[in-house]
Amino acid sequence: MTVLSQTLAVAAKDARIEWRGRARTAAILGFAGTVLLLFSFAAAADTKTLTTHAAGYFWLALLLGSVLSLADAFRIETEDDALDGLLLLPVDPRAIFLGKALARTGALTVLALMLMPIAAVLYNVGVDGSWLQLAAFIVLGVAGLAAPGTLYSAMTSQVRGREVLLPLLLFPLVVPVVLAVVKGSGLALAGDPMGQASSWLGVLAVFDLVYWSVCPLVFSAVVER
Amino acid sequence: MKKPFPREHFLGLFGLVLFAVGSWMGLVEAPPERYMGEVGRILYVHVPTAWIGLLAFTVGFGFAIASLRSRSLVWDDVLVGLVEVGVLFAAMLLIQGSIWARPTWGVFWTWDPRLTTSAIMLLSFVGVLAMRAFIKDPPRRARWTAVGTIIGFLDVPLVYFSIKWWRTLHQPFSSPETVAGSMVWPLRINAVALLCIGAWLVIRRARLARHLRRVHETAAPEPSRLVAGD
Repeated sequence: MTVLSQTLAVAAKDARIEWRGRARTAAILGFAGTVLLLFSFAAAADTKTLTTHAAGYFWLALLLGSVLSLADAFRIETEDDALDGLLLLPVDPRAIFLGKALARTGALTVLALMLMPIAAVLYNVGVDGSWLQLAAFIVLGVAGLAAPGTLYSAMTSQVRGREVLLPLLLFPLVVPVVLAVVKGSGLALAGDPMGQASSWLGVLAVFDLVYWSVCPLVFSAVVER
Repeated sequence: MKKPFPREHFLGLFGLVLFAVGSWMGLVEAPPERYMGEVGRILYVHVPTAWIGLLAFTVGFGFAIASLRSRSLVWDDVLVGLVEVGVLFAAMLLIQGSIWARPTWGVFWTWDPRLTTSAIMLLSFVGVLAMRAFIKDPPRRARWTAVGTIIGFLDVPLVYFSIKWWRTLHQPFSSPETVAGSMVWPLRINAVALLCIGAWLVIRRARLARHLRRVHETAAPEPSRLVAGD
């Protein structure tokens, strides 16, 4: 099996587990939706403020929800020491990482898609710009959270204090992602007369490129026994 | 048996004396800065702090790669010293920066690229140190610290440029070309002084890490918590 087919096999396995445990996904969606609701209290339920900063609130809610989803990437492997079994198989560690990160990207994209209508209703926003740009920002943004998130999930799932460690490690790291997606998807929603969205897509692309290439390389050092 | 005097203390002592000289030159000898006046004198400690802090993380990045490649715990002993000293200098940098920003910009904090990047860099490495505290097994702790350092360090330029595009408001970089002659010497002397003090702290910390590791290696094994029937 090549690295690619191994990656797809791991991703398919995780996607199956995700589908069979969809009650948990629904709970995470409920949590992220609650966060969206809470932001409107922070903004004193001022419709204008909420509409202007809708992209920011949406991504922060998704970021908070994503920590729960990312923690799952390796929580499912620590149960019954499944990770040891996975590592004993003749599978390239890079393929394990890429497959898991791919499955997380999928899960987070689904979470984002389900969260979007809630945000649209609560904050009274519609897409006046470009749907295509919005889709690109969501996929690249979520991929930017998934790669370092999956790596840190592999570390933190194996130690005490995992609930606090994963966000502590992940949140400072993904600041460029948050900046780029908030600015970029704001432009995609409101329209982009100055053509600035492409430079934010560039930031995301560089971040994704760096972490999707470095994380698989260091992953074997993380799970080594 | 008489304990030998650790030689790195000479380095630290030299650094402290040099720091006193450099600070005296900066506070007394050098003229007040043209636009910022007396407040500008914080530059003589602020800029060297930034240099040495970033240097600690950069050297740490190199040590992290070496640690992953060789898997010798000696690298990790120094790496933890470098990350801790980097965190210390980054924290001092932010405090000095806030003290300077208040009279100059009118606020303690602003979302300037270098300021925000320093804060995020500090938080990233505080996270690495926090994670370290939770891992007991030394080889695993060494591997994960190295991975965390590599991942965190790669983020620094990305954070910097993304925030720079987001908004900007800071002095141009200080280098011997951008400051007047009478200001160059206190800057240089303090940079060497902080380099010596930083190196001294790293060596002390590495020594401590090595001693702790030796203690761990030679300690009696913990009594098993397994009871009959497990």
